[in-house]
Amino acid sequence: MLAVDMTDIARRFGSVQALDGVDLAVEEGEFFGLLGPNGAGKTTLISILAGLTRADRGTARILGHDVTTDYRFSRRNLGVVPQELVFDPFFTVRETLEMQSGYFGLRGNGAWIDEILHHLDLTGKANANMRSLSGGMKRRVLVGQALVHKPPVIVLDEPTAGVDVELRQSLWGFIRKLNRDGHTIILTTHYLEEAEALCGRIAMLKAGRVVALDTTHNLLAQFAGLTVRLAAPRVPAAWQPRVLRQDAGLFHIRLDSYAEMETLLRALREENIAIAELSLAETDLEQVFLRIMKNPESASVGAK
Amino acid sequence: MSGHGWLTLLYKELLRFWKVSLQTIAAPILSALLYLLIFSHVLEGRVSVFDGRVTYTSFLVPGLVMMAVLQNAFANSSSSLIQSKISGNLIFVLLTPLSAINLFAAYVLGAMVRGLVVGLGVFAVTLWFNPALLVMPHPLWALAFALVGSAILGSLGLIAGIWADKFDQLSAFQNFLIMPLTFLSGVFYSIHSLPPFWQALSHWNPFFYMIDGFRYGFFGVSDVSPWTSFATVLVFCVAVSAAALAMLQRGWKLRL
Repeated sequence: MLAVDMTDIARRFGSVQALDGVDLAVEEGEFFGLLGPNGAGKTTLISILAGLTRADRGTARILGHDVTTDYRFSRRNLGVVPQELVFDPFFTVRETLEMQSGYFGLRGNGAWIDEILHHLDLTGKANANMRSLSGGMKRRVLVGQALVHKPPVIVLDEPTAGVDVELRQSLWGFIRKLNRDGHTIILTTHYLEEAEALCGRIAMLKAGRVVALDTTHNLLAQFAGLTVRLAAPRVPAAWQPRVLRQDAGLFHIRLDSYAEMETLLRALREENIAIAELSLAETDLEQVFLRIMKNPESASVGAK
Repeated sequence: MSGHGWLTLLYKELLRFWKVSLQTIAAPILSALLYLLIFSHVLEGRVSVFDGRVTYTSFLVPGLVMMAVLQNAFANSSSSLIQSKISGNLIFVLLTPLSAINLFAAYVLGAMVRGLVVGLGVFAVTLWFNPALLVMPHPLWALAFALVGSAILGSLGLIAGIWADKFDQLSAFQNFLIMPLTFLSGVFYSIHSLPPFWQALSHWNPFFYMIDGFRYGFFGVSDVSPWTSFATVLVFCVAVSAAALAMLQRGWKLRL
């Protein structure tokens, strides 16, 4: 069964079409990335999944449960870490987690709450009032709140925004462990290297549409593993189609692998083309992202 | 199952005001006491109520108790909701499987408990001045009106809390609607002492029936029959609850 199944989701706010026919399917156990610039519709999409926002059109299901008609079950299966750093100033960390657990009808959830506190390094703060916590700690409590009912599907909306590096690492360690234990993880982030390191599959959103959807591997491969920047008078004819960009005698040439470097050099030698300058760069998700955002047609909406 | 999730929300609502009980319980009891001291000092012996069968101070006590019940029930649900909305932590409730009825029950019951606790506190303090009031001819009537009255104001607080986008709007709801209706309902006077026009107008004020019926429990006399008052209050309660429930069901201003 699909962990998340969204069909033709659309939502308009006033004159802004926040989502414009989004189809998205996430398998159980995936670590899925949702990327896009500000205002692309990521948070709206998550809100629709969580029942915080209603779609104008389309259906959304979590493990087969419709988020509007069958919300009791869909919400039970979903844990959401919201983007905003919100908290209830009346309560302590433990009270906050116990309360959240109780809303889901869970009693005697103390052992799991202790475990969450431990993994999030909050045990020492269990009885501290929420107001007294630092931003990073509040963020961790939010993660804890999303996990109290052991949801099979966990959505994290930019969970590491404003969190220091060390904490980010430990947070990802914990999320990875949850994923290994079988939880489906959906992540939105601005840190592309994070998505690259964590996500098996990625959807890129722009202006309310999915402009790229593929495995992280394919997305990276699609724009070549390597880019050669070559300063030379010309490029061998056979290599012309590989030129990605050309400015002021500098050619950006796509290579599929390091092995192709040899072939390129041989072609240059055979045609007596002098190399003025040459450098090599690996494609990372950031380049892919920037390219797709600039020219959405260039991306394939591949492996669903 | 989630069947009991709403009890946690109720517990949270109770804990919320209990943690700041100086402000939510002690302060309103003190202000009711001040009303009693000042008004009874100024008006005792000058105002005749129920044809002189009841002293003014005795007459005033049930009015003040009921006013405390109503105002605090309203304050609890409305302030809880708007605080959660503005600080954004309402999301924690909205993400759960709790239904509209669950939310309604938790917020309104929480408001009722706050109203009744403060009302009981006011009553306890005023007994010190007037122990005879403990002997009530119809305590169940008083209880019935306190319960339904607090439920009405709890629901109204829910509506106001959902509707208001900022504290400013909420206090407008309170100052321009709830306060005038309470003060003009006969907390401080019997409407029989009013000119006919104002007397007639008071009959359109649902708060009048809450206070008048509540007072009947204390004295066995009232401006209108307790049955009429109870029926009126009950109808009003159903209407207000239905409105609050419908708002929750639609997620108006809550689920965008």
